[in-house]
Amino acid sequence: MSGASFRPSDPVDFLVIGAGAAGGVMAKELSTAGFRVVVLEQGPYWTEKDYRHDEIQYTYLPGLTNDPKIQPITHRRNDSEQAKPVKAVEYGRQVGGGSVHFTANYWRFHESDFHERSQFGAVAGADLADWPIQYGDLEPYYTKAEYELGISGLAGANPFEGPRSKPYPLPPMPVKSSGALFERAAKKLGLHPFPAPMAILSQPYQGRAACAHCGFCESFGCEMGAKSSTLVSVIPMAERTGRCEIRPDSYVRKIETDAHGRATGAVYFDARRREVFQRAKAVVLCANGAETARLLLLSRSKRFPAGLANSSGLVGKNLMWDMGGEAMGLFEHPLNEYKSIQVTRVLHDYYRADPKRGFYGGGGIDARFDYYPAGFALHAMPPDAPKWGLEYKKMLSESFNHTLTLLGHTSSLPQPRSSISLDPDFKDAWGLAAMRVTYDFHPDDVATMKWILSKQFEILEAAGAKKTWTTGIALESMLPSRHLMGTCRMGNDPATSVVDRNSRAHDVPNLVIADGSNFVTSGRQQPTATIQALAYRAADLAMQAARRGELG
Amino acid sequence: MPSTRRLWLTQCAGLAIFADLAAAQQHAQQAARSGQPFETLDPDEAREIDALASQMVPSTDGPGAHEAGVVYFIDRALSTFDSPLRDSYRTGLAGVQAKRTEMFPGSASIAALPANQQIELIRAIENTEFFELLRTHTLYGLLGNPSYGGNRDHIGWKLIGFDDRHVFQAPFGYYDDPANGGAW
Repeated sequence: MSGASFRPSDPVDFLVIGAGAAGGVMAKELSTAGFRVVVLEQGPYWTEKDYRHDEIQYTYLPGLTNDPKIQPITHRRNDSEQAKPVKAVEYGRQVGGGSVHFTANYWRFHESDFHERSQFGAVAGADLADWPIQYGDLEPYYTKAEYELGISGLAGANPFEGPRSKPYPLPPMPVKSSGALFERAAKKLGLHPFPAPMAILSQPYQGRAACAHCGFCESFGCEMGAKSSTLVSVIPMAERTGRCEIRPDSYVRKIETDAHGRATGAVYFDARRREVFQRAKAVVLCANGAETARLLLLSRSKRFPAGLANSSGLVGKNLMWDMGGEAMGLFEHPLNEYKSIQVTRVLHDYYRADPKRGFYGGGGIDARFDYYPAGFALHAMPPDAPKWGLEYKKMLSESFNHTLTLLGHTSSLPQPRSSISLDPDFKDAWGLAAMRVTYDFHPDDVATMKWILSKQFEILEAAGAKKTWTTGIALESMLPSRHLMGTCRMGNDPATSVVDRNSRAHDVPNLVIADGSNFVTSGRQQPTATIQALAYRAADLAMQAARRGELG
Repeated sequence: MPSTRRLWLTQCAGLAIFADLAAAQQHAQQAARSGQPFETLDPDEAREIDALASQMVPSTDGPGAHEAGVVYFIDRALSTFDSPLRDSYRTGLAGVQAKRTEMFPGSASIAALPANQQIELIRAIENTEFFELLRTHTLYGLLGNPSYGGNRDHIGWKLIGFDDRHVFQAPFGYYDDPANGGAW
């Protein structure tokens, strides 16, 4: 770690809150353009040397994610239930955020994702809306993200994808047995599987080494820097400018505003839990789709009694969830799925929502390694296996390397009743109101998961699986959600959205909010590429506004 | 990505920071050096837990939970990152003992029961929280990183065919191996 060092009393040009997928991009864009930037990250500053092959540390224990011991979260299905403590949402809590431990799927949204309301119509119980921007507005930024971070993939292989201005900077990763089985079966069914776009280097790129296929991607930090997190790509670029200071272990409790309603900086707890007020000319909030909303609600004041940027009442609302079922199949020969990256083949044939189906939704399907040894033994065995004993042991030894997992990635409707709010009873270790999650599936979300799951089973059967099963689609088995979207939705009308089409808060002119919270719809999960494209675009527009004097 | 992996944990336990992990590993090394294998469990408790874990993953067809040192992992977990679960173990084990006395009056201990009675006893507690806890710990102790005291000699990993390396090369499995192209 290197970079600049600013005094809190010295107003920097931009104060970025959150050093994750979006915040890392912001830090790099703003600092390389000449602005002075402080980035506050609640988690520590770890690097490759701190990461290990250790399933206990990273899956049994919180590892690289939020720890409910110090930051309790409560969940309830609806307003009439009492919320109970459970880790309902999960996010990366370190410099690099979720881009460090994510699986590294890097799907662009389709053109249709931005105007589904116009195409599909209203959905009862949901607030389906068009985005105020189109795919074409984001395309240059998707491309920029792919090149700056380092994405492997094959342009043109997905016939359903929108037009792209450039191919991927790196060729696809080598196919695994899961991908080979999936591809052959899907083609047999007339479908269009394609090499998975991954934020993992298939070849050396910008001074970083190519992936060595060790297999520890999902939930783990890459020990060789081959996963294209912001930690190993854009954050070092930001620090090299000498104009960007990354401050880890800095937990923000409030964004402050002045008498004119403009943001003046943020108060945070440092590593020793001392309060510090960092002044800034503009604030950029990138704390993820859950914490961003919570911080705005915590930032209430006399002028903003319902929370900052919340005149619409929509801060925290329309939370969308990480959705999709798993179909597993047992095969005659070993797949050895524990080797190499999680996903090598995907299909988008069932992506589009179609009113003729009778429910809103669609999904993508990928073939993947989804369970490390203990996780597989505990949660993913075929349902006819006993839970223990000699026969269990025999089936475990026969199934771990012979199992193919197809994972569905399905739409999640924005529902006004789904929300992030402040828990009235629980507090975190700093004495702040804990996050309360109110969430239950929309019936169309369930119908979509079931429909896509039936397609997953068709593919497994076409692939010649000897036996198939699913781990189910109960909400309890889908906690925590790791794709946090929709809680500060983007729109042209300040009455029905939190940020404008440029990711600036309607209510606070020098507050930019850029992360998963901006999402108006969920796409088909895999939100990271879109989060980062939005961040690149928001940075570009914020710099233009700053140069016009609108932010300072 | 949907997952059931952390559900049990988030409901029942879920407590650790990296200092705890370092402590767990240091603890494992110190225990090995001192010849005092158990810090939290007393020898009787350890014997009983070993007996239960050894029926969950038995050794009749090759090394199992016993040889993998699952009980050592459990002791380390309870001494470090899962110390808040000590009471769950004490009361859970007491519940199993009560069940044993009820089912097999006059028996001395779980470890002393013949295998068929141990199996009957576990069947009788299959729906308890303690069973879930013990099963979770047993499988992490069998298949987790050996630095926590379990998975000795990679017994668990060998059982399922997992190999912990930093470099692999394609082909990875049967179906992506061009040598098998078309054969399936």
